[in-house]
Amino acid sequence: MPFSSLSDIQNRLNSGQTTAVEVAQLYLDRILAFNDKLNAFVHLDAADVLAQAEASDAYRAKHGARALEGLPIAVKDIFCTQDGPTRCCSNILEDFHAPYDAHVISQLKEAGAILVGKTNMDEFAMGSSNETSAFGPCCNPWDTDRIPGGSSGGSAAAVAAALTPAALGTDTGGSIRQPAALTGITGLKPTYGRVSRRGIIAFASSLDQAGPMTRNVKDTAMITAAIVGHDAADATSVADAPIIDWLAACEAQDMKGLKIGKPKEYFIDGMDAEVRQTVEDALKKCQDLGAEIIDISLPHTEYAVAAYYVIAPSEASANLSRYDSVRFGHRCDNPEDLLDMYTRSRDEGFGSEVKRRILTGAFTLSSGYYDAYYLKAQKVRTLIQQDFIQAFEQVDVIATPTSPISAFKLGEKTDDPLTMYLSDIYTIAVNLAGLPGLSQPCGFAQNLPVGLQWIGPAWREETIISAASAYEFATDWSTQHPAEFNANGGES
Amino acid sequence: MSWETVIGLEVHCQINTDTKAFCGCSTEFGAEPNSQTCPVCLGMPGQLPVLNTVAADKSILTGLAIDAHINLESKFDRKNYFYPDLPKGYQITQFTVPIVEGGHIDITSKDGVKKRLGVTRIHMEEDAGKSMHEGLDAVSHIDLNRSGIPLMEIVSEPDMRSADEAIAYLKQLHQVIRFLGVSGADMEKGQFRCDANVSVRRPGEPFGTRTEMKNMNSFRFIKQAIEFEVNRQIELIEDGGEVVQQSRLWDSVKNESRPMRSKEEAHDYRYFPEPDLPPLRVTQEHVDAIRAGMPELPGQLRQRFETDYGLSPYDADVLSQTRETSEWYESLVAAHPADPKRCANWMANELLGRLKEAGKDLASSPVSAQRLAGLLDRVGDNTISGKSAKDILDEMMVSNDDADSIIEAKGLKQVSDTGAIDAIIHEVMQANPNQVAGYRGGKDKLMGFFVGQVMKASRGKANPGMVNQRLAELLKG
Repeated sequence: MPFSSLSDIQNRLNSGQTTAVEVAQLYLDRILAFNDKLNAFVHLDAADVLAQAEASDAYRAKHGARALEGLPIAVKDIFCTQDGPTRCCSNILEDFHAPYDAHVISQLKEAGAILVGKTNMDEFAMGSSNETSAFGPCCNPWDTDRIPGGSSGGSAAAVAAALTPAALGTDTGGSIRQPAALTGITGLKPTYGRVSRRGIIAFASSLDQAGPMTRNVKDTAMITAAIVGHDAADATSVADAPIIDWLAACEAQDMKGLKIGKPKEYFIDGMDAEVRQTVEDALKKCQDLGAEIIDISLPHTEYAVAAYYVIAPSEASANLSRYDSVRFGHRCDNPEDLLDMYTRSRDEGFGSEVKRRILTGAFTLSSGYYDAYYLKAQKVRTLIQQDFIQAFEQVDVIATPTSPISAFKLGEKTDDPLTMYLSDIYTIAVNLAGLPGLSQPCGFAQNLPVGLQWIGPAWREETIISAASAYEFATDWSTQHPAEFNANGGES
Repeated sequence: MSWETVIGLEVHCQINTDTKAFCGCSTEFGAEPNSQTCPVCLGMPGQLPVLNTVAADKSILTGLAIDAHINLESKFDRKNYFYPDLPKGYQITQFTVPIVEGGHIDITSKDGVKKRLGVTRIHMEEDAGKSMHEGLDAVSHIDLNRSGIPLMEIVSEPDMRSADEAIAYLKQLHQVIRFLGVSGADMEKGQFRCDANVSVRRPGEPFGTRTEMKNMNSFRFIKQAIEFEVNRQIELIEDGGEVVQQSRLWDSVKNESRPMRSKEEAHDYRYFPEPDLPPLRVTQEHVDAIRAGMPELPGQLRQRFETDYGLSPYDADVLSQTRETSEWYESLVAAHPADPKRCANWMANELLGRLKEAGKDLASSPVSAQRLAGLLDRVGDNTISGKSAKDILDEMMVSNDDADSIIEAKGLKQVSDTGAIDAIIHEVMQANPNQVAGYRGGKDKLMGFFVGQVMKASRGKANPGMVNQRLAELLKG
């Protein structure tokens, strides 16, 4: 049961083999048993979870099941929820309780899902290893000396260790896909504008997008179906987005006629050789399934990381100005004056990576540097978008490694931000172009999970969901899980 | 050698929408502090702005009224600075591509000279909250009711050459805005605030270094502040000094300005495109529809009042001061179509004066256009004299009676009957034989004496025209 997929649990609930309360209790027990090892959850209210589950069972009895009836879903600490704290794993929001639910949280509730706690993350989603969290790092269930990836590391670890069957993450430069890859699970970043950002604490507004992190592709599709849709209160949420039959897209079992682009810029010498081989093998498998692998070029790829680390910090520097200790959040003791209150509160509240990005962003936007940095980065962004548009004239989907390396050791890169930034080298361009991207497990390197990334044209998520479904159908990577967490929570 | 003054003006004008620029909060003035706020205008985490398109439409209307170009695609930017009454730490504004560009305001100086003054742009932005530092136990308080209220910033070209021209521009702009109904433009409520950029130069030379007088909300202060600043700059330069680019605040108590901050400390606002708001796109059809709904503007009204109703330029100007005034005048003309000029005289000279004395305005006028027309009808058909009519209007200001019933009740009906007037004239002549002899002996000036006596004897009810006519006849003997 613990490593069951969301859809398996749904079947058992629908057939009356179990109840939402039993399911919730099972995962609560596992969280209690294993969270100390992982630090995946930073907030949990067990009584509230059971109350939701009871209400769900009652709803089912009276009205029948909604789309996600009784299914536990954990959410990253970046989603505002009326219940419990929302802290974005930052000390600056130490006592913050949002008086509102994020739009996607409301959607999950309306679909009957059980919201299970808040998961660990890099502070304000700024990081690739979950090590910048104010609540301490989260560990990778496959090797607890290693990072789970970031920034949605807590969501990834929780799903990988089956402390929850599914979770929500957010992805600004790879924060869903990279941790999904490093923990051997499936994660989707939808097309920018597909999912409302309202109530999700902003990191970089033009890049942020929420998405599911699950045990398999179908589960990802189930949750995506519940959280997409236009939200009039988010002006970047697109009103006339093409509608997709998410579950139908999961039925693909082969890849006959599928043209898969293999960009040469994503298979390079600097990457881990074992990771490369694993992904090459996965592409061979796709060929066996009937796909045609076409070598393509995305020539501006090498500038993506640089452009991202101008655009994202620029937007973040403004987005994080509201944490000024005036209306909510951490305020320093006995401020002497306004300036002292601002500087000391923010100095005490923000961690060093967040400060680094705020400073970077303030610099790249400052008078005299704006043209050289921000404006140039926006031009690069346009070129990267054009690269993809041209590529999709040739191919249906693009397949790449999700991360150039497997999970690294805790502390290994914390003193070297540049190397850390390069771990997102394969995911960042997708955010810059606003495209959908999916990572699914495709094998192991150094006995650690490796992710295969699928990139699709804008608004065409069904293309990558179908490709991933067919690959998943022909392989068994998504059913593997870390043995250390096999025991049921109640017995350990 | 003389100095030339160069003035450019920035007006912040509150757009009168029911709800704020980017959220659904009420914009009503004077509510309990922080009662008109929501997570969006409080800058809470994860909250997003959604543009109130009414604010955009009113900005477009304003642009059309000053013959400006409407950008069918305009953009929003963030202006970054920290202040406790700015919840997000940035203001959403339009920096690179404003909704309106170009345009002009035409003014006429006191000596009748017309001048066209350029408008550079109108952009939309959101207001900040209000900080209160005084009288509150040494604690600063913040009211965020104003946070997120939509503003238009109307930026002029540096075309004004005197404080008087600046004031004429502002008054004309103020009037247009009020006519359009895009803003209450109540200066006391801060709905129409002005920054003035002032510099001086020798004629023909390039612009001098300018200073900016910030946040003034009275025409009188603006004029004083500009004049003070011009003199300060001229004296400074003539004494061998240099003008420093700075922002200055006008102290209306001390009648002087003082610097706020110099350029060295000037903010770097780090403008960049607002990623939460896509570019604002409007269609030409939409702009045309807004144009089709444009009300008549003061200049057009003045012209029409002169041509259609034969009004003097002065009366036409007075009656086109506000939309309310012009509408009231036209409803008066509709009710008393016989003589639009009589309507203008009575409204401009009699009614408005009485309302002012009573501390009222047209909206609260006790005399409606219909009732005033009823009075003017009786003046027109000679039932009453002009003198009586003024008394009746006084009466109407404090009672609900119409003109006819007051005339009836007070017996003010004018005597126009020849027999009755002749009888009074005979009485007066008999009582004043010496004056009759004097008149007949060539003292024409005595006519006035006789008119006065007859009017007095009739207790003011005799028709003065007929009295004159009959006296001239009967005195001949």
